Amino acid sequence: MKLVIIKYNAGNIQSVLYALERIGMEATVTDDPKTIRSADKVIFPGVGEASTAMNYLKERDLDTLIKELTQPVLGICLGMQLMCDHSEENNTPCLGIFEEKVSRFQSPKSYPESAISSIKVPQVGWNNIYDLQTPLLKEVPENSYCYFVHGYYAAIGEHTIAKTNYVQPYSSALHKNNFYGVQFHPEKSAATGEQILKNFINL
Amino acid sequence: MLTKRIIPCLDIKDGRTVKGINFENIRDAGDPVELGALYAQQGADELVFLDITATVEKRKTLSELVNRISHHINIPFTVGGGISSIEDVSMLLQNGADKISVNTAAFKTPKLLTGLAKEFGSQCIVLAIDTKQEEDGEWYVYLNGGRIKTATRCIDWARQAVNAGAGEILLTSMNHDGTKQGFALDITGTLARELPVPVIASGGGGTKQHFADVFKTAGADAALAASIFHFKEIAIPNLKKWLHNNGVEVRI
Repeated sequence: MKLVIIKYNAGNIQSVLYALERIGMEATVTDDPKTIRSADKVIFPGVGEASTAMNYLKERDLDTLIKELTQPVLGICLGMQLMCDHSEENNTPCLGIFEEKVSRFQSPKSYPESAISSIKVPQVGWNNIYDLQTPLLKEVPENSYCYFVHGYYAAIGEHTIAKTNYVQPYSSALHKNNFYGVQFHPEKSAATGEQILKNFINL
Repeated sequence: MLTKRIIPCLDIKDGRTVKGINFENIRDAGDPVELGALYAQQGADELVFLDITATVEKRKTLSELVNRISHHINIPFTVGGGISSIEDVSMLLQNGADKISVNTAAFKTPKLLTGLAKEFGSQCIVLAIDTKQEEDGEWYVYLNGGRIKTATRCIDWARQAVNAGAGEILLTSMNHDGTKQGFALDITGTLARELPVPVIASGGGGTKQHFADVFKTAGADAALAASIFHFKEIAIPNLKKWLHNNGVEVRI
């Protein structure tokens, strides 16, 4: 099994690498097109800002390369958002794999009387995923908790394979053909995340 | 639903976990990586590692420790203690830290927050504030591990820091730290209400009810504690189950 993590200017690549190590998998971190094309599975991680990341990918023709991949690809967090059509974050055209738009969570203009119900952006912490579909989420119980850190979200659409509620229900995972995306961080989501990474490897 | 987070804090000195009372009196509490892995297994939502080592060897030993932690722990963790530059942060993130916390250096040079947020994103920049309520009733910012008082009000610095790029606030009440008499509900509530970013309450957690209070009354997004977990006074699974049964959304 040749597992590749796409190297680009986004954070958390190390975290993904270590998470794979913890489940006994070795991965290569690279931006070499030939190595990426010949991999059995490709992980497209990401923490950071959409337009900076897209510019970096374009400068290296990684944008075209990712779209052309035919093996299973897993986008994580910003990686998933970049696989959508467009992100509201600095009005950024993205890869267009999932026909979805990425929008910013709208926090209430004024805080309610009680601080408890205030909505913070970004969402930081553990939230549950439900309406789970596809082998990527096999053996993951409904309403399992995953770790999220994000200020932008993809709405629910035809490619949604998991949902989460924050401000409103949104897509916490997407799937189309060989492409998968998760908004949460499986590499930091304890046993649930490990199960999802194992499922991806076994696709 | 987004849950409230329980965060054990591990103070590190020369590679060992230690815990002081009211910022002094250091006691040994074991290997940080083993302890951290145990907490993760027990259902801790995140971990904070604060390095209080003050030697020149510190940078190297800390990055090695962070590397060990990230190989063993499957939940997010924050590293803090003496961080003062983009290079420091870059090294810690490269070794697998998810977030870093800054305190004194950010107060002295608020531009640091802006630089860090631009380079790494606000989501990984936690601003730690040590605060103390004085006789005039106001909460003031303290620096250098609580040793130096400033004339700046806690809420003013917190607002400025969030505008500069801090993505989360770790608020420690020096009046409450180590007392086990409950968290500082008023200043925590003020920050949780006034700031658009999550607030982690720290200092004073001694009973399960104290945690319920800081979540329900003060609206904290997370609560941090150290010795009650290290010395097994409250077990994390019991705490979370109790909170769940008492109407606080937690991950169990």
